[in-house]
Amino acid sequence: MMRHLSFILIAAAFLFSGCSSWEPWVKPYERENLSDPIMNVARDPVVAAYHHHVFETREAARGAGAVSGGGCGCN
Amino acid sequence: MRYSSYIQIFFLSLFTLVMQANAAVLPDERADAMLHSYEGGELEVSGPAILVRKNIGNSTSVFYNAYIDNITSASIDVQISGSPYEEERTEQTLGVDFLTGKTTMNFSFTDSTENDYEANTISFGISQDFFGDLSTLSIGYAQGTDDVSKRVGNDPLVFEDRASIERHNYRIGFSQILTKNATISIGFETITDEATSTPGSSGTPTTLNNPYRQYSYRLSSNPSDPEYNVRRFADELYPRTRTSNALSIRGNYFLPWKSAFHYEYRWFTDSWGIEANNIGVSYVHPIGHFVLDFRYRIYSQTQADFYSDLFEFAGEFTYMGRDKELSTYSNTSVGFGVGYEFAKNGWGWIDKGSVNFSYDLISFEYDNFRDARENIAGGVPAGTESLYAFDADVMQVFVSIWY
Repeated sequence: MMRHLSFILIAAAFLFSGCSSWEPWVKPYERENLSDPIMNVARDPVVAAYHHHVFETREAARGAGAVSGGGCGCN
Repeated sequence: MRYSSYIQIFFLSLFTLVMQANAAVLPDERADAMLHSYEGGELEVSGPAILVRKNIGNSTSVFYNAYIDNITSASIDVQISGSPYEEERTEQTLGVDFLTGKTTMNFSFTDSTENDYEANTISFGISQDFFGDLSTLSIGYAQGTDDVSKRVGNDPLVFEDRASIERHNYRIGFSQILTKNATISIGFETITDEATSTPGSSGTPTTLNNPYRQYSYRLSSNPSDPEYNVRRFADELYPRTRTSNALSIRGNYFLPWKSAFHYEYRWFTDSWGIEANNIGVSYVHPIGHFVLDFRYRIYSQTQADFYSDLFEFAGEFTYMGRDKELSTYSNTSVGFGVGYEFAKNGWGWIDKGSVNFSYDLISFEYDNFRDARENIAGGVPAGTESLYAFDADVMQVFVSIWY
C-alpha cells in the first residue's frame, strides 16, 4: 500500500514540476468571492481555537479539525 | 524494504510536491481580545484570551496567544469520585510563519499549565499552492509532552507524579478551488499517545487515564444479595498507548446574495475501539456593518472497548474505564454569532475593527452512562439509574482590530 502511494506521489511530483504554464480554470482576477473573509470558516482564529477546545475536551474524537490543537491538561 | 523506508519516501515525495508549488500569503496583522464562558453539567469555565499577530518585514509573521480557564467544577464526575474544586489553567503559544520563496512554513510552541497538569507542544507545518494557486497542500507535525500529577488527599498544594505522556501528531491536508464560488478541502491526522514514565510513588501503574476518574462495580456478584444493587468505585485503568486517525472533508460556498455556506464531515477511529462521526453546517450573512453567523453540528461516538457503566466485580478486566467521554453518546450544538464592524475605511493606525458576540447551546445525551448519584444518594438499584444528559451554554464576547 505504502509502496503504491509513494510511487504515485513521486510521479505526481515530477508531473507537477512541468506545470509552470498551467492555465487555472479560475483566474486570479475571478477570486474576489473566494477571498472574502466570510469564506473562511476559521476567520476569527481566537474563537475557532476556543470552539475546537470546547469540543475536543468533551469528545473522544480528535484531529483533522479546521484548526490545529495543542496539548492541554483538561482534567 | 522496511516500513520506515516507505514512510521516508512518502514524506520526501510530499516535501518535493510542496517545494514545487506556488504563491502563498502571510496571515492578517490583527489583535483579538476575548472573554469566554462555558456552563453545563455543574461545571463552569470562564476567562480571557488574547491573540496578537504582527509582521516583521515582508516574509515573517509572529504571533502570541494567551488563554486562561478559570474552572469551578462540581460535575457529576467529581461528585462521584472526588470533591468539588476550583483551579486555573493558563495556556500560552508563541509562533512564527515564514514566507520563503513560494512556501509558507510555521513553527509554534505551546505551554499549558495547571497545578496538576503541565503540557508542552512544539508544532511545525508547511503549505503551498500549486496548479496556478488552485490547489494547496499542507503537512504538519507536532510533538507534545504532558506531565500528569494528582492531588494527594484534600490538600490543594500536595501532588504526586502519576505519568508522563508523549504525543505525536501527523497532519496532511489538501485544498482545492472548484469554481469562482466554491472550495473543498480534505484533511487527515494521526495522533499517537504513550504513557512513558515509571509507576508513581504510590505504585499506581502508568496509563493514559485521568487520575481522578473511577470505574464502578457491584459490591456483590450475587444477584440475590442486596449489595448486588450497590455501586462501589475504584481507580480506572487504561492502556498505556492510544493511536487515532481522523479524516475530514470541508467545503465553502459563496452564495449569489453575498453570503457564505460552510459544511464539514469528520470520521474518527482509534485503537481503543471508538468510532465517531460529526457533521456541521454554518451560514454567514453580512448586513451592512453587521455579520450574522448561524451554525449547527451533530456528533456521535461508540464506546471504548474497556468502557462499562457498571462492572460485575472489582478487577473484572485488565483495563476498566467509566469516563463518560468513552461511552456511547451524542451531542447536538446550535449556535449563532453577531458581529459589528467599525472603522471599515480605517481610523488612525487601525485598518478596521469589529466587536462580536457568540452563543452556542450544546446538548449531551449519553446512551450507556448512568447517573450513579441516584444509587449513592437515593438507593436506586445499580444499573437502573437514569441515563445522564445535560445542556451547556457557551458564550464569547470579543473585539478584533486589524492594523
